[in-house]
Order: sequence, then structure tokens, then C-alpha cells
Amino acid sequence: MTLKTELKDIFTKNLRTSGIYIAFVLIVVLFTIMTDGLLLSPINLTNIILQYSYVLILALGMIMVIVAGHIDLSVGSLVALTGAVSAVLVIKTGAPWWVGILAAVAVGALCGVWQGFWVAYVGIPAFIVTLAGMLLFRGLTYEVLNNVSLSPFPGEYQQVAGGFLNGLLGGYGFDMFTVLIGVVAVAGLVWSQYSTRRGRVKFGQDVESMAMFIAKNALSAIVILWFFWQIAISRGMPIVLIILGVLVIAYHVLTTRTVFGRHIYAIGGNLSAAKLSGVNVKKVNFWIFINMGMLAGVAGAVFSSRSNGAQPGAGNMFELDAIAACFIGGASTTGGVGRVTGAIVGGLVMAVLSNGMQLMGVGASAQQIVKGLVLLLAVAFDIYNKRRAGEAS
Amino acid sequence: MDSTILQMQDITKTFPGVKALDGVNLSVRQGEIHAICGENGAGKSTLMKVLSGVYPHGSYDGKILFNGQELKASSIKDSEAKGIVIIHQELALVPYLSVAENLFLGNETKRRGLIDWQEANQRAAKLLARVGLAESPVTPVGQLGVGKQQLVEIAKALNKDVKLLILDEPTAALNDDDSEHLLNLLRELREQGITCIIISHKLGEIEDIANNTTIIRDGQTVESLDMADPGSTQNRIIQGMVGRSLSARYPDREPNIGQVVFEVRDWSVHHPTQHERVVVNKASLDVRAGEIVGIAGLMGAGRTELAMSIFGHSYGRGISGTVLMDGRPVDTSTVGKAIKAGIAYVSEDRKKFGLNLLEDIRVNTTAAGLGKISSRGFVNGNKEIQIAEHYRKSMRIKAPSVLAKTGNLSGGNQQKVVLGKWLHTAPELLILDEPTRGIDVGAKYEIYTIINELAASGKAVLVISSELPELLGICDRIYTLAYGRMTGQLPKSEATQERLMELMTIEKENVR
Repeated sequence: MTLKTELKDIFTKNLRTSGIYIAFVLIVVLFTIMTDGLLLSPINLTNIILQYSYVLILALGMIMVIVAGHIDLSVGSLVALTGAVSAVLVIKTGAPWWVGILAAVAVGALCGVWQGFWVAYVGIPAFIVTLAGMLLFRGLTYEVLNNVSLSPFPGEYQQVAGGFLNGLLGGYGFDMFTVLIGVVAVAGLVWSQYSTRRGRVKFGQDVESMAMFIAKNALSAIVILWFFWQIAISRGMPIVLIILGVLVIAYHVLTTRTVFGRHIYAIGGNLSAAKLSGVNVKKVNFWIFINMGMLAGVAGAVFSSRSNGAQPGAGNMFELDAIAACFIGGASTTGGVGRVTGAIVGGLVMAVLSNGMQLMGVGASAQQIVKGLVLLLAVAFDIYNKRRAGEAS
Repeated sequence: MDSTILQMQDITKTFPGVKALDGVNLSVRQGEIHAICGENGAGKSTLMKVLSGVYPHGSYDGKILFNGQELKASSIKDSEAKGIVIIHQELALVPYLSVAENLFLGNETKRRGLIDWQEANQRAAKLLARVGLAESPVTPVGQLGVGKQQLVEIAKALNKDVKLLILDEPTAALNDDDSEHLLNLLRELREQGITCIIISHKLGEIEDIANNTTIIRDGQTVESLDMADPGSTQNRIIQGMVGRSLSARYPDREPNIGQVVFEVRDWSVHHPTQHERVVVNKASLDVRAGEIVGIAGLMGAGRTELAMSIFGHSYGRGISGTVLMDGRPVDTSTVGKAIKAGIAYVSEDRKKFGLNLLEDIRVNTTAAGLGKISSRGFVNGNKEIQIAEHYRKSMRIKAPSVLAKTGNLSGGNQQKVVLGKWLHTAPELLILDEPTRGIDVGAKYEIYTIINELAASGKAVLVISSELPELLGICDRIYTLAYGRMTGQLPKSEATQERLMELMTIEKENVR
């Protein structure tokens, strides 16, 4: 295959997978122009990370739920509940910051056990179980907080979502540590891409041309390095970005390289075939919801840290942002299809949309309308592509 | 009595790649019961779908004359308006609606746009009396047994002023009493001048009730028998159904048969929802290493149910019996345990039960044996590609690479992927359920070759098939299954289609 036809394929044959990346670039370019470059300014990039990290964390769990053919409507309420538990422990009883965070994750996991039990072992559709959970966990949040907001958190706790690692390796007008992380990230990405490619070549599989491989990796490297540079000359490495980065890598590996990940796709792709292949469907579904609960706990801790307190109404509509991120990122509404990377880019599309419109001073009502339309168009585009692929074969 | 009500002339119906009907002729006289016989897939149901307008006029070639006029039905509604009503094997009743609601569904008695329930229930009661069903019209249909539901279907047909009633395997799911009642009802309807076409595998029943029998084989009419003729016996019908010669459609093979590898003793299975119904009744069988053993049985005999219940209790409930591998009893109560015990099951429906069509060959090949290529939960990607590539080559799967989506492959190649998937689990016994269904002739030969290679490598192979020639062509020994019971076994040397068909249609308890 030549580089030219490969480039053409990105916009034609492979549009279904590459579409989200193209759309993301277009949206970024659009808002950069409309905000006179403000969108990509170092300060604003850092802000986007701080402001939307919890949606991305939720999307990591949600993509697994959706690939397995379920949905989870309760994560918004769960963010509130876990944040509230953490706040009560840390602010009211004076427990150390890490106890609050561990408690948030533990409560999230426990709620996941509850929902997973009903979905996996009783066989109630996840839509119903998590709709009930949405009400249940919201109610519990009110109970835990006695209907009043709690704040403020001690300084260490606030660092989770608002802190930076700056000057660890010295600053020279830029933060050396941040730049180093960026370099490590690029090296890791290129190495993993290269080893996959080498494996395929070794066993006689077709791979993209070397030119395309280099072009793709060079482009990713430039974008990543540029991004980290911008952050390095701003306020340094946000702690929440480290958390997010570790989670994204972990979940990418979990979904693509492990038996558990394979089983999720098998269940979503063809439930009957998965059962007849010896997949323990109940157990896998159970753990998918426990995992979702845990991640909601992480998001709850991050969000409470960022808002420096716990409010009874926190996390409202977060579930919809997370679900939208997955579908915009190419997940199939019927299960079996979807990637962690897609969900993250989908989440970033939502983040850039919101942030860009905020910078332009667009009102909240118009923001909702635009986000709603984008979600609808993204899924319509996906269905159109599926149908086109169906006709071609 | 002698006038012809229905004449189907030269009916030809083609599906992409398959000629389902090839110049079929059928002539039915006014007021008779006319039976249609044929093997599974002979084209009986297709013919009835043409007649009832499921396949609209224009989608087939040939001419249908009904009451002397050409029938050009473009939908079921059209043919029903003419008085032709078909009752399918799968009953089309809404279980949560009442008997009366079901009877008048789509045909409601309305007064000023509203349904007049009083009148509807009265009319329903009259219809129920006609079919001899003593139930209240307000009873939900779901509370009735299958036999009574069948009567509701017939009452529904009577309401539509039926002239020609078509029944597809009406007694397949009924017990003896219900069957008897149904057949009596058909006789009564015949007295009233209603013509009836009945498709059935139960030859005894046909001998009992039919005036004429038309036999269809491979999409063609073989002959029509007048059942009043003393020569029209069950054997005569069987001969007509199977009478084709075996050609060299099967690769040669020298069997090398060893010890008994797999044995099932007294295996019984109950229906998953109708708990009192026994689907498999004390079945026993064994397969030796290197041996290919067939299971023959008509639709509904319990072949797939037997296989799936053995494989991880994937069908039915109230399962009892023993499975032995190499003489030792093994637990097969979950699919995981069955795989560990060395059993593999290739389903008859590869799209529904065999493959994840969204994924590529690689992922599908390793789906049932991920444990073999992973350590501490991590899949070894290189090893996986190596294994998928190995099966792609050895199975001669036609695909550009193992990263090709299985949804884009042809039926034969999909089947090879499923076979590769199960070989990867390194089973001792492979159960192949309809291994060549929906596959073209050339690919069939390749699948047979693979099956032979498996047996040659010492695996025990159990093949379930509706096609008797296929079983005769590849098996060393054939069991017959009828109504959930094992009714016999024949070594290759003694097996003929006629003898198998005889064993497959044994109805009562006169088992060997």
C-alpha cells in the first residue's frame, strides 16, 4: 500500500474510526480561530484539564459498560455520594486527606457491587438498575450531608484536583519535570506502536507502510510534546493529569490486552456466542459495574477536591456527559464496539466545545443545545457509516 | 367433491445462490385433506409461503389457480381475503391478550370506532364451540397449553371464513391426546367442506387422515399418491422422500477407530419453559477415538437440545444423566467445565451462537481458548496472531489476513473460523451441529475433508445433520433420534436412507 492510498483511506474507508479524530481537529481549529487563539493558550489548556478531568475518568468506566451492551445512569449521583462521604470524613471528623479519597473509592466500589448484583445475577436491565441507583444514591447523598453543603477541604485535599508538580527537576522558564513526562509519553507510545507492528510483520500480517507509520507517530509526537511544553511554561504538571494519564494507560491496556477486556467485547458483540465460548458472563458484568463504581469514586474525590467541598446537588448530569463522550467517540449503541481512546477523544470534544463556547461568552442554554446536537450528529454519522459499510459488503 | 380448488403450476422460487423450488406442481381437490411430505429443506415451507403470499406475486415464477382464478397475492392479507389461511409451526398468538382479543386481532368488530366487547366475546364463544375448545373467551392465551392454542389459531382462521387451511407441522409440539383431538377436528372441518393442506413428518398421521399426499424432494415434485390406494404405505412415502443417489460428494477416508472416548448415559432434558415436557428422554450414546458418529433425527426430535444440554447445560432444565470422558464421569454443567473436560460444540447457527461478527478472525479464533495464550490475565498478542494464522492456513480460510472482520466472510469461511476456534481449545470430542448448513457445495467438500482430518488425528467426532446423505457419506455409525428418544443405531454398512427414516419416525414406545 502506498502512502497516498492510505491517506485516502483515512477519509473514506476508515472514516468510521478516524472520523472522531478529524472532527476533534476541526473543532479545535474552529474554536482557536473564533477565540483568537485563546483556546490553545497555556493557561486555558491547563484549565480544560482541571475542569473536565472527572468526565474523562467517568468515560473510562462508561466505555466498558457500553461495550458490554449496558448503560449506567447513576454515575452522576455516585460522584455526589462518594464526594459527600469523603467530605464528611475529612471535614467533619478531621480524618487525613487520603482516608477521604480511599473512602470515596470504597463507597463507589460498594455501590458498584450493589448494581452489578442486580444486573448480572438477577438479570434486571442496567437501564432500570442504574435509574434506580440514580435516585437512590442522590437520596443517600442528601442523607449523608444532612441537606447542607460542606466546605472547605484542608489544603492537601485541594491539591488532588488543583495542585501542580512544579519545579521537581528545576525550572528554566519552563518546568523540566513536565517536559520529561512528555518525552517519556512519546517514547512509550512509539515503542508500543513499534512492537505491535514488529509482531505483525513477524507473523506475516499486512501493516501500514513505513512512511505512514512514521508520519502518524511523528504527528502524535509533535502534538504531545507541544501540549506538554504549553503546560510546562504555564503552571507545571497538574496532579490530576498524572492520575488521568495513569488511568487512561491502565484502561487502554485492560480493554485491549487482557482476557477480561476480550470478554467484555465478546459479551457486547454476541452474547450467545460468548456464553457458548465459556465466558462467565455474569462475573464479567458484575466486575464491569464494580469498576464503574470505583471510577465514579475517583471522579467523586477529584470533583469534591476541585469544588473544594461537597454539595447535595453535585455531579448532576455527569452521567450524560460520560455517555455522550463514549458515543461521540464511536461506541456502538448496541454494544461490542468502542475504544478507550475513542471515549477520551469524545470527552475532549465535549470539553473543547464547552470551554470554547464559555470563552466566547455563549450562554449556558446555547451550550446545552449545541452539545445535544453534536451528540445526535455523532451517532447519526456512526449509523450512516455502518449502513454504508453494510451495503458495500 | 371432485373439483379442483387449488392448482400450483411450475412454481420456481430462487434465493440468492439457491433454487429453493424448481417447477413444483401441486393440485388440491375441493374438500380434501392433502398432505405434503419431504425431508427438512426440501422446499415444503417455501411452497406454502408462496401460496400464502409471504413471498408476494412476482417474486416467484409459475402460476397459482385458486377456485379457477389466478391468485396474485401481494401479502398475507390478500390471500386471507381469498380464504387461504396458514397456521405456522410457531404460533402467532399474543400471550398476554385474551382468546377473544387474539381471535379478532386486526379484524376487530367496531361500532362507531370503538370495539364492541360484548359482541366480540359472544362471537368468540361460538367460534370456540366450533373447534371444541371449552375455554372462556376472556382467558389470556398464555395460560392455555400448546394444543389449545392451536385450536385458537384454527378458530381464528374460521373467523376469516377460511376455504383452504394450511397447517405447518401442527402436531409436532402436541402430546398424543391433543394430536388426536386436532386430527378429529380436521376431519370435521373436512365434512363442512373446508379444504386442508397439512405438512407433517408424522407419517402415521398422514396415512390416517390424508386423502392425497404430494412428495417434494430438493425443490421438485416427486409424485402425488392417492392414499386410498393400498400401495400408498409409509414405506412408499419414505422411498419417495429420500430416493436420490449418493454421488462422490464425500471425500474418501480410511477409518482408524480406537477406544471409547466419550459416553453419555441416560441423558434426560426438560423443556426450559414448559417444565413437564421431556425434550430428551434417557438418551445414551458413545463415540470412539477417530470415529465419526452421526445423529439423525427430524426437526424437533431433540438433536440440538441433546448436544447443547451436554455442552455446559446450555439448553433446558431438569437435566439428568452422566457424561464420561475416557471412562471417567465428568462435570459439564457450565460451558467452561465442558471445554475443560475436552468437549467442543460447533453450533448449527454460526452467526447467532458461533461468531462475534464485529470482530476479526484473530479474536474469534482464540475466543474460547484465551487461557492458552495468556498469562496472569494478559493476552499474548503475538502468540494470538501466530495461532490465528496457523488455523487460517490449515483450514484454508479465504481472507486477506487474520485481521479481516468475520462479518465480511462467506458462510463456508465463517464455518472454518468456528472450527478453528474450537480446535484451538484442543478438544477430545467435537460435536458438529449441522456443520454444512447454508454452505455451498464446494465449501461443503472442504468441511468434510477437515472433519476427516480431525478423525484421522484421533479426535472423536459427533455430527448432527438433517441431511441423511451427508450422514451416510461421512459417518462410521449413525444413531437415530425420534421424539427425544434414541430409537436405534446403524453401522455404516447397514445404514440406508430408508432404514434411517423408518427409525426416525418411530412414534410410540416401540423402541428396540
